[in-house]
Amino acid sequence: MLTLHRFHGGLHLDAHKEDSSLAPLATAPVPPRLIFPLQQRGGQNAEAVVQVGDHVRKGQVIARGDGPMNPPIHSSSSGVVSAIEPRPLPHPSGIADLAIVIDTDGEDLALETEAPPHSRELGPDELRRIIFEAGIVGLGGAAFSTAVKTDPGHRAIDTLILNGAECEPYITCDDSLLRNFPREVLEGACILMRVLGVERCLLGIEDDMPEAIRALRETREAGDYSNIDVVTVPALYPSGGEKQLIRILTGREVPTRGIPADAGVICQNVGTAAAVFRAVVRGEPLIERIVTVTGKGVRNPGNWLTRIGTPIADLVRYSGGYSGTAERLILGGPMMGISLPSDALPLVKAANCVLVTGRGETTGPKQALPCIRCGACAEVCPVNLLPQQLYWYSRADNLERAQEYQLPDCIECGCCDYVCPSHIPLVQYFRAAKSELVARQRERSKADHARERFEARQARKEREKQERAEAAQRKKAALAKPDASEIQDAIARAKARKRMPESAPTTDAAPDQSPPAQEPAEN
Amino acid sequence: MRFNTAPAPHLAPTASTRRIMQWVLVAMLPGIAAQLWQFGPGVLINLALAIATALLAESAMLRLRAQPSRAGLSDWSAVLTAALLAVSLPPIAPWWIAVFGALFAIVIGKQLYGGLGYNPFNPAMVGYAVLLISFPKAMTAWLPPTDLGAASLGLLEAWNTIAHRAGPEGLGFDALAMATPLDTLKTQLGLGRTMDEIQSAALFGALAGKGWQWVNLGYLAGGLWLLRRGLIAWQIPAGFLAALGGLSLGFFLLEPQTYPTPLFHLFGGATMLGAFFIATDPVTASTTPKGRLIYGALIGSLIFVIRSWGGYPDGVAFAVLLLNLAAPTIDHYTRPRVYGHPG
Repeated sequence: MLTLHRFHGGLHLDAHKEDSSLAPLATAPVPPRLIFPLQQRGGQNAEAVVQVGDHVRKGQVIARGDGPMNPPIHSSSSGVVSAIEPRPLPHPSGIADLAIVIDTDGEDLALETEAPPHSRELGPDELRRIIFEAGIVGLGGAAFSTAVKTDPGHRAIDTLILNGAECEPYITCDDSLLRNFPREVLEGACILMRVLGVERCLLGIEDDMPEAIRALRETREAGDYSNIDVVTVPALYPSGGEKQLIRILTGREVPTRGIPADAGVICQNVGTAAAVFRAVVRGEPLIERIVTVTGKGVRNPGNWLTRIGTPIADLVRYSGGYSGTAERLILGGPMMGISLPSDALPLVKAANCVLVTGRGETTGPKQALPCIRCGACAEVCPVNLLPQQLYWYSRADNLERAQEYQLPDCIECGCCDYVCPSHIPLVQYFRAAKSELVARQRERSKADHARERFEARQARKEREKQERAEAAQRKKAALAKPDASEIQDAIARAKARKRMPESAPTTDAAPDQSPPAQEPAEN
Repeated sequence: MRFNTAPAPHLAPTASTRRIMQWVLVAMLPGIAAQLWQFGPGVLINLALAIATALLAESAMLRLRAQPSRAGLSDWSAVLTAALLAVSLPPIAPWWIAVFGALFAIVIGKQLYGGLGYNPFNPAMVGYAVLLISFPKAMTAWLPPTDLGAASLGLLEAWNTIAHRAGPEGLGFDALAMATPLDTLKTQLGLGRTMDEIQSAALFGALAGKGWQWVNLGYLAGGLWLLRRGLIAWQIPAGFLAALGGLSLGFFLLEPQTYPTPLFHLFGGATMLGAFFIATDPVTASTTPKGRLIYGALIGSLIFVIRSWGGYPDGVAFAVLLLNLAAPTIDHYTRPRVYGHPG
């Protein structure tokens, strides 16, 4: 039996999972209009490969990125490209960037593809290529390119971890996936293990999802999945954090500034594994995912198999619309999710949950009181930081000190913020201080770079000056040389040459070897 | 549809500073009740005087500092400071003792350093220490406990004593006053008496001084309740009591005629009040887990040193103030290992 390890801190939160998990998984209709932002992850833009007016089919690539970090985007239904124009991004600022808008035709015609070769015949590189071409990114929320993540390079990996912990309250999309598609997840795990060349897979799942655990265990017993362990972990936020889950399941820690591969593991969300299975075995690109719609602000909470690109407003409409008390629209969970200004925004690949809170579920901005250093924040911090000190240093703009207290290790889980009795928005301070640190580091490296260039230029100029001086010296010397001694030397050398052939006929180098200065002395 | 945005986390917070202060005040009730029972209603008058002064001083200072005074007053921290000071005062101390102490605690000990959260010293103990140094006579004259068979003063008699230095039925103030067991022990030891002789006096009870042991049991009960509710961390009281108990046990075993029992130390003076309510003041205490243990242990040790060899019978206030100074340094050297960093 696998021994579980503890991480420091964490929170027991009210799960609110029954709201959405009671309803069976439903398939969302194809909306009249699909929107695909070209900016998929942290400022990386893909480029449209279709034009306005083009007719596209389901599964057709409509945009491509510039490298392995940026997999292609596929249309999730058939229709006509009606616009490629700036549209608001799913971001709290509502900032706009280019997006491809497709008016669907209701036919949902798929692109005809060849039957994929049997996956067991494919090597890791070929599998990674398929994963990339299918547009697969991490579906847990970070949307990191799966092809890149499954390529650990020189690092030795011994374990694949599948993250089904789903620790944020309200979110049940992974629960729903595991209950409805356990085989796809386990098959996906097998493919990922082949890609990574590992023999062991640990699937972590929180103990408050009994039906998902049962479905997984039954499927595992029925098939050939003996090297996949389904491990239940105690429901404790943030067990589903990658670093926390790795610690729970293996006792290892991802080194600071390192990646899980440095600890010998690769961690993938269960949804990503299912997407890998579909891509590799069925040849299907990533065009849909399960999205939880929940909160007191919607009438019928539930989980929907949703086309990527579906506007949030449409998905809420399929869920019975807003209840009268809808207050806040959150993409993701209540601890780390981002609050959105508008429901006209589309669901991107990483969108796991649309949480519409109703009256009393969240509170408005509270007046922050001074920190009383109660240390509640430090008690719950899963990284074992001292948030009260970080707050002090961040506020005082003493970023060197904040860095010394490991501010960059903050995972922004919100635990400290939630327990703070003075209602200090700690995570906001930390986020601001972290970006300020990054900016300063960038400035510093830019300054370093400029200084290096300046110094190199100075050195070059100095060298050139010296070289010029030396050349001038030589020239001067050459001009000044034909003086008496030089002439005498020449005469002496000529005389010596006359004598030498007889005395030393075999030594060619003799004239050079004997210093000219000595010859006159011999004479 | 349009929505207002807000930063994560979006869940409503469950704790509040105000609630914490209120719970700590509630946890003081068993100790206050024991004081009321053993030493009469003087403690209530002290509480009223100190709390009223503290609220007025806090409000005036917040106004002077152009801070929002409603938010400042509603956090209940001034009330808690005043209460901690008031229960430390002799129940018949003249009225201006409580007033001056509360004024000094809030104005100098708290607001002049920047208010709640910014004071390096425990304000209640700043007030107490200033009173003890400035007015030693008034500060060491306690009433005899009712356990000793003394009749307790009524509320009016207590008020007359506190307000006008007039005891009941012409009984002078000096006739009422009495030294505390810790004080008596110190004086008698200085006179060369043995521990057996001293402790056979009526003033001493089963655990510690008569009356005082009940007060300590009261604060212990409240303190355990605070621990159970997670309102204070266990490390400070644990370190505090373990160090005081351990040191006093060691010396008692070595020289039982010169050093009182560990029970006398643990249930005498302000021990339990200090361990659970004063040393645990979050603003001025150490905040790391290891640091809290060290901080508590050093306070406990210092109390033993001051009580045994120092100039004052009880050392809680001075020990706490001295360790307040060391808290930032202790914190600096006891940082926990952060995830992903080598140990």
